[in-house]
Amino acid sequence: MVTPTTQPATTHSGGLPQYRPVPPGSQPPLDFAGYRSTALRHPTQPLLLLPQRLTEVTGPVLGPGRVGPLDHDLTRQHPGEPIGQRIIVHGTLRDSDGRPVPDSLVEIWQANAGGRYRHKVDNWPSPLDPNFTGVGRALTDAQGHYEFVTIKPGAYPWGNHDNAWRPAHIHFSVFGQAFTQRLVTQMYFPDDPLFAHDPIFNSVRDEAARHRMVSSFDLEHTIEQWALGFRFDIVLRGRSATPFEEPHQ
Amino acid sequence: MTAAELSGDLADGLTPSQTVGPYLGIGLPWPDGPDVVPPGTPGLFEIVGTVSDGHGDPVPDAMIETWQADPDGRFDHPDDPRGRAAGWRGFGRSATDAAGGYVIRTVLPGALPGEAPHLDVSVFARGLLDRVVTRIYFPDHAGAHAADPVLASVPEGRRATLVAVRTEGGYRFDVRLQGPGETVFFDV
Repeated sequence: MVTPTTQPATTHSGGLPQYRPVPPGSQPPLDFAGYRSTALRHPTQPLLLLPQRLTEVTGPVLGPGRVGPLDHDLTRQHPGEPIGQRIIVHGTLRDSDGRPVPDSLVEIWQANAGGRYRHKVDNWPSPLDPNFTGVGRALTDAQGHYEFVTIKPGAYPWGNHDNAWRPAHIHFSVFGQAFTQRLVTQMYFPDDPLFAHDPIFNSVRDEAARHRMVSSFDLEHTIEQWALGFRFDIVLRGRSATPFEEPHQ
Repeated sequence: MTAAELSGDLADGLTPSQTVGPYLGIGLPWPDGPDVVPPGTPGLFEIVGTVSDGHGDPVPDAMIETWQADPDGRFDHPDDPRGRAAGWRGFGRSATDAAGGYVIRTVLPGALPGEAPHLDVSVFARGLLDRVVTRIYFPDHAGAHAADPVLASVPEGRRATLVAVRTEGGYRFDVRLQGPGETVFFDV
């Protein structure tokens, strides 16, 4: 991996925001032997530095119009209720300067309570749930907060190594405000005994960074006689203090 | 105590990336995902391509996302100091099919200050723990390519991996994640 160089800086008021480099160890390597599927899919040539100019510091404004009224509630997308532990997953989308990302699309997908995805290539012997699709969308509010109602996904086996099981997780996709901030990740649940055995989770080598993917139980968002609450805050790259001046036409 | 507090790294407590895994197809594709511009837009063409791995085999569980300026080189974004091109979506998304193929339907972007027309591209897949980023340039702008600072930073022998090839219905842009003809990927 190429070490990003310092961006040219200026105090010109018409400059572009610049997003800080990613701290070493906070992201997984593309080549990680424990996760076998990386072997033939990681680039072997060094990454080249792409300066952050107009295309990189802008990004799609996706939100209103992409989210239906029940898209955030994965327990109400079918005639009946899905089997499983009903949970509320919520949190804040912000950058590492603490700036919330408002009105932004958050997409999730997950397995059902038995650990089965509604996908044609998932055929392990655990039943599909006719009342669960496992796909959700929500918008962050003005404070960057999002919320989903769903069921807790189950663990499931995969073929990476002998007796391999993925810890329960929910896939998250977020955009932030710039191409530089695009992130797809997985949210895990506290104290999962499978953490120690999962190469995808352990591909993030910094322990503190790894545990930023683990949600926390949230009694304040737990609803009596109804659903357990979990909090998952998502932090995207923040901005440098000095903007980069775009050359004038 | 939260993990962020334990780390003492609140300034850059970034959430790590994880792979989209093999089941991205239930969560991420949209019916209009490939349509950067609405059907019938003048000048519309298709960019098609195949995502392949280090053995040259197609990657059927990948997703391509594109981001580009409009034909005047403008974005609908508050951080563009030149103002907003209101309503310009600029974004395309296509999961790959069983043969590793994707399609994006768009129009040519305009030039940007100091840069030749291009699309920024994110590639996600099972087996990619983080996205990889590349760019698509167009053979129509060969004259501008010589002055493009990003292309100039790429070793000459690899530049062709960033330039789409003209076809009957538009362009072809293949993504080779690894091996001979490996696509140039960027650290952004």
